[in-house]
Amino acid sequence: MNNIFDNVEPMVHESRISVPYHWWAGETASRFFISLRDEQKILGTKCAQCGKTFVPPRKTCPTCFTLNEEWKEISPQGTLVTYTVVRRHLASLPKKPPIIYGLIHLEGSDTSLLHIISEAKPEEVKIGMKLQAKFASERKGTIFDIEYFRPVK
Amino acid sequence: MDKAAIIGLGMTKIEANKVRDTFADMAWEAVNKALSDAGMTIDDIDNVITTSNDFWDGRTISCMAVGDASGAKHKNVSCCEGDGTFGAFYGLTRVLSGSYGTTLVTAHSKGSESVSSLITNASFDPIYDRGLGMDMISSAAMQANAYMHRTKTTSEQMALVSVKNHGNALRNPNAQLPMKITVNDVLQSEMIADPLHKLDCSPVSDGCCAIIIANESRATKYAQKPVWIKGVSFCSDSFFLGDRDLSRVPALTAAAKKVYGMAGITRPEKEINLAEVYDAFSYQELMWLEALGIAVDGKAGKELEAGKYNIEGTFPVNPSGGLLSGHPVIAAGLIRMAEAVKQIRGDAGDYQVDGVKLALAQGVNGLCGQSHCVWVLGKDK
Amino acid sequence: MGKRRVAIVGTGQTFHKSHRPDVNGQELINEAVQRALLDAGMKIQDIDAIVIGNMDHFEGINYVDCWSVDGSGGVMKPIIKLTTGGTTGCTLGIGGYHIVASGLFDKVLVIGWEKNSESDTTGAITTAFDPVWDRLVFAGAISGLAAEAQSYMAKYGATDNDGARVSVRDRKHACNNPHAQLRKEVTIEEVLASPMLADPIHLLDVCPRTDGACAVIMACEGLAEKITPIPDWIWGTSNRHTYTYLNDAKFGELDSMAEASRELFSKAGIKEPRNEINVIELYQPYSFAGIIWIEDMGIIPRGKGAEYIWSGATDMGGELPINPSGGVIACNPIGATGLIRCAEVALQIMGKAEARQVPDVKMGVSTGFGGCFWTDMILHGKDKPAF
Repeated sequence: MNNIFDNVEPMVHESRISVPYHWWAGETASRFFISLRDEQKILGTKCAQCGKTFVPPRKTCPTCFTLNEEWKEISPQGTLVTYTVVRRHLASLPKKPPIIYGLIHLEGSDTSLLHIISEAKPEEVKIGMKLQAKFASERKGTIFDIEYFRPVK
Repeated sequence: MDKAAIIGLGMTKIEANKVRDTFADMAWEAVNKALSDAGMTIDDIDNVITTSNDFWDGRTISCMAVGDASGAKHKNVSCCEGDGTFGAFYGLTRVLSGSYGTTLVTAHSKGSESVSSLITNASFDPIYDRGLGMDMISSAAMQANAYMHRTKTTSEQMALVSVKNHGNALRNPNAQLPMKITVNDVLQSEMIADPLHKLDCSPVSDGCCAIIIANESRATKYAQKPVWIKGVSFCSDSFFLGDRDLSRVPALTAAAKKVYGMAGITRPEKEINLAEVYDAFSYQELMWLEALGIAVDGKAGKELEAGKYNIEGTFPVNPSGGLLSGHPVIAAGLIRMAEAVKQIRGDAGDYQVDGVKLALAQGVNGLCGQSHCVWVLGKDK
Repeated sequence: MGKRRVAIVGTGQTFHKSHRPDVNGQELINEAVQRALLDAGMKIQDIDAIVIGNMDHFEGINYVDCWSVDGSGGVMKPIIKLTTGGTTGCTLGIGGYHIVASGLFDKVLVIGWEKNSESDTTGAITTAFDPVWDRLVFAGAISGLAAEAQSYMAKYGATDNDGARVSVRDRKHACNNPHAQLRKEVTIEEVLASPMLADPIHLLDVCPRTDGACAVIMACEGLAEKITPIPDWIWGTSNRHTYTYLNDAKFGELDSMAEASRELFSKAGIKEPRNEINVIELYQPYSFAGIIWIEDMGIIPRGKGAEYIWSGATDMGGELPINPSGGVIACNPIGATGLIRCAEVALQIMGKAEARQVPDVKMGVSTGFGGCFWTDMILHGKDKPAF
């Protein structure tokens, strides 16, 4: 039975799926991005029960399951928790490598923020180093309103 | 937990590109192999659980592609989206609930049909993270760095995982990448994202696996000696990478603790004989072993260097070659279970480990090992 | 059917709307979960495991079970995702049942949700169909449904007037349901005058697109009775996913419904569903299905569906009310929709359905449907099922 396929060339049908999206940020995320865009301030929310401060802000505390009503201004400075230097041009990258990604633990927050690190050579990047957010000159209310994090001199 | 067993298994070869096979073709092959292995016909199957992922398959309702080929047309059938270990869990509950005597579980994906970087980038939160452009590899690289920083595990120790697993694959006819390599080969291979070299990363493969689960009374009615399910559980960590301590795996430890309790195991590193773990990246094998309590925290690299996890060592890990030697996403965890079953049965051919009575299999969902499913299987009831 | 009885002990839903710009997906999920916990008088810490589902391509998020843990309560809990297209909501209910019945977990939270406003629904649904054989000629879910309606009409002489009567019923019922999206009655004339989408289906014959979430809590016997005075006992589950390619479907009859119902009723010892079932929440994405599928379910003989509907038997106050919630035509957050059917029957059994309560409900059926002609079903009862 298998033999009938032996000389049949396997065909490959190319296609793209087109499903356009837009995502509602919701009021909580909107407030965060408006603050980045208009005031160049990073905001987080705090759980009244466990006291944990979340960046990005959370509407509800994931463990206590209560509404986080307190908003806090978070420092634009923090410590590098971990990082990587992408060298190969992976399809998901926003531009050509090398790109340095890191988790930055900002002062005042209990969670770390994921972002890009720049103005530093890969060899200079170390876990524990101090970084500062650099805001973009043109801001549109996205995570790139922080253009990147750079070492604190 | 009531008794249930795995009584059949089948899988396709794991390959880079099964250009001749559709999803249904792969399912047909794996399912028929499993039925033949079990000495069953499709009529002996009471219900079917398929496992697939809509993004990887490029179709919403991805389970539709394999239902017919899995014999589900006139049966009760459902679909789990996630690693095959989770699908197998649901398949098990369908038997333990008393509703069905046997469940056929399948899991498949064809990594060759999509751009994996974009597929895994789609796991990131669209509002805060996705635009940054990370994917499975760059995020794993961040985790590897965090783990190395905390435990002082070295690149050489990570590379040794790759050497071991590709080497084990030389004896596994189903593996995609059997290779005789050295630590130096790994360290010289292309650096994709620090600290992960190309040979620290699993490929993205095509493959399908099927297993058959039976309740206690049906388990002894067919061709194979049953391999008993001693315990299973699963647990998820937080989602945002910044919410987690990436150097640790509390979700895996929590799941394992439940499983060991179910199986009556107090010293896993002594009582379990072998593990098939989810080594999507070299460092992950070391991290998972520590979180499972099989390695001393922070010391898995050293223990590997001492030979503990080699196929001839005191606690073989991934004698099949693991994911590093072939990684069809979704199917990967179910394949770990199938490999553990083979070892317990004594059917693992050239990579058989002697005297396996208890084996552990683990599967993962999500970025940087967010969610884990752990199984312990045993020779004795 | 099983060895360990399982009951629904609490339900929660969002107030479903066409757009919810004020929340993201996991925040939407959280609303339904919080309401279900409140309904059951439980805390998230009491939940042993979570089962969740949606249709990925409607939200564009991969590994959604992992992504939504902040809202679902899944942090450091077991969480598993099930998804089967349109039937997802019912599949989730079935999943919750087996997971509790297995004895591996005692109290399980089941969540179905969708934020349809975020995507191109037709674009997403089209990806369901085989890329080589069907996808290029497929024109979204509605074309298959129109073909079904046409087939039935050709055989039994029904008209779009009959379909409209079903729309009128469900839209009227929805006025009693504060959670429904569309809460305005329509008349037969209005339905027939509304734009024709795919002959014979008019705009007012079909479901809207909705953002919504639903959560259902299931518990084992022994605990269920302590949590709530009238648990909704799951008597049985069944399903058929019979279709793979367009040409396989038998238009004009829903054979997946026929097979699944025969199995469900025979397992439970139900011989005359018309007399023994007190309420049905039918996953009815368009009006005509309300005529055809009750025949497939064995409620009424083949060809008699329209007559039965016109008699008022399925209206509130009739012998067998269908869709007291207003059903899918009034509200359709796809991944949640099947679970909402399950939750609505639970509310009927538990006596919590308020303005949409059917009196003396002892047995109810909730179903799920998928645009590939699939059917999932759950049988609910006020009394405990025998084994």
